[in-house]
Amino acid sequence: MLEAENIGKYFYDPVKFRVLNDISFKVYRGEFVTLVGKSGSGKSTLLYILSTMDTDYEGKLHIHGEETTGQRQNNLAALRNEKIGFVFQFHYLLPEFSCLKNVMIPALRLGKYSRQEIEDRAYQKLTLLGLQDQALKPASKLSGGQQQRVAIARALINDPLIIMGDEPTGNLDSKNSQIVFDTFKQLAHEYNQTIIAVTHDNDFAERSDRTIEMQDGAIISTAKEFGK
Amino acid sequence: MTYIVTKKKLTLVAALGVTIGIAIYIFMNSMMVGFDKKSTELVFRSTAHIRVYKDEVMSLPLLPEKGSNLPVIINPSVVPESDKIVDPEKIISLLRQQPDVTMVTPQVTVSVFYNNGKSQITGTSYGVRIAEADKMFNIGTTVVEGSIQDLKNTPNGILLGVGIAAKMSVRPGDNITITSSRNVTKVMKVVGLFQSNNSQIDKTKSYINISAAQQLLQEGAGYVSDINVSVTNPDNAANYSAKFSDLTGYKAEDWKAANATLVAASNMRRIMITVIALSILLVAGFGIYNILNMTITQKINDIAILKAMGFRGRDVVRIFVQQAMIIGMIGILIGVLLAVLLVFQLSRTYVGGDIGYFPIRFEWPVFFRGLIFGLIVTLGAGYIPAKKAANVDPVSIFRR
Repeated sequence: MLEAENIGKYFYDPVKFRVLNDISFKVYRGEFVTLVGKSGSGKSTLLYILSTMDTDYEGKLHIHGEETTGQRQNNLAALRNEKIGFVFQFHYLLPEFSCLKNVMIPALRLGKYSRQEIEDRAYQKLTLLGLQDQALKPASKLSGGQQQRVAIARALINDPLIIMGDEPTGNLDSKNSQIVFDTFKQLAHEYNQTIIAVTHDNDFAERSDRTIEMQDGAIISTAKEFGK
Repeated sequence: MTYIVTKKKLTLVAALGVTIGIAIYIFMNSMMVGFDKKSTELVFRSTAHIRVYKDEVMSLPLLPEKGSNLPVIINPSVVPESDKIVDPEKIISLLRQQPDVTMVTPQVTVSVFYNNGKSQITGTSYGVRIAEADKMFNIGTTVVEGSIQDLKNTPNGILLGVGIAAKMSVRPGDNITITSSRNVTKVMKVVGLFQSNNSQIDKTKSYINISAAQQLLQEGAGYVSDINVSVTNPDNAANYSAKFSDLTGYKAEDWKAANATLVAASNMRRIMITVIALSILLVAGFGIYNILNMTITQKINDIAILKAMGFRGRDVVRIFVQQAMIIGMIGILIGVLLAVLLVFQLSRTYVGGDIGYFPIRFEWPVFFRGLIFGLIVTLGAGYIPAKKAANVDPVSIFRR
């Protein structure tokens, strides 16, 4: 599904510094993978490279059998739109719009379905996450946990191959973290959805299918190998 | 699909900038076109679009310098030839057949002394076919006493400028003696008075019948000194004058060449007003630029997430340009309405004198141009910040 080959990256500011060192691993369909490590270990940097948003790296990246390294920005944007969903530490919803509209935006960009279909699908995704009652409220009126779930619904709208999370529970209390975790788990196991999440929440990491632990820009363990 | 919403108040302020820019642009340009129309209208009361006449010819040295060590030098001087146009009727009918020519009329210009008792004034008498000349120069509108018709009916009638009449203390019905440069004296009957916008003209100019002018110059009925031509579009008069020169073999001078100062003044006015109006529009453009720049700084997270979700640079540009266009369109719309109001109000303002009402009218090409310029400025002001937004690197935003 996703394959990283000898990924390396430098930071140049303030001094040249090798932040990622020869990272190679694979992620398979339906896997729920977490990236853990101390802050500064390069886990977030790695995630942004995997997400195709950061293109300044060495090595090769394949997503769904397609080499993404060296592709043009516009192609990568189209690829992200169709194949990758994002959940961040902060929800990054557009506060002026309703939850439904927020969820619809990536699908409107993709333009695969009619507006009516997109609305129906967005409503389905919200229902899946138990937010059907909040659909028409402005995003800014929801609680933190609800907002994060709307963000997950938004990540799901185009039926992506991979969902990437950057500290998806980093800003939530334990109850809401639990809800988000359960949602991810359910997506991975019931809908065969591939998920890669960066976290520093060890509890969260331990319960995922596989944990890739990083230290100083290198993988030190890929514990709990999950079936191929 | 507009994803980014700005504060309504700020949007309104930016739109207001465009409104004022557009309104002033249209208003000032309408005013300028009005001025130009009025001033050419005044010019055309005494100047024809094109005047065909026989130019003076300068004499040449008797022997060319070439091949001789002793060139013969003579002071060049005007050849003492008659300024008569040969076979004027043929030329008039030829000119009448030309496309875009609306009117052709002959004229005999005579330098005269106006005498009444002992008082004597120098001036110029224009021998015209009064009905045709009236159509061309609108003489009728300047007549304050008597009428054009009287001149037509009286072979020795004269239509005097009010300045001459005052100095000579004559009134319509009185007689006045005029003496030409050929020393021919004729008694003329004053049939009317005219008052133009220029007191110098009123003190020297008079209209008489063409036959009377020919008699004053001791010439036959075939004598014509000038042929005046009107064309459909006086702005293109220069093109026709060259053509008519070739056609007739006489000099054809268009009104712009004859009134170069006036044309230069009008050009200067045009440049000045265009510069002022465009700078105002530009300032309005900066208003939009500012608002969008601010929006982008505020909404940089939203832009980053849109890019993460797969919006291309050009999608982001479209969103912001679209927003600039919305602001611009609101501004332009209100601006055009404001301009209509201003023009309407000013066109009903009486300024008096020879002008009457303020010379401003609805000039639709000016409105159209204002609209186009407004759109261009808006587009430019939107595109620059939009490009900046498109180049936002989402990673650098998420990492903060």
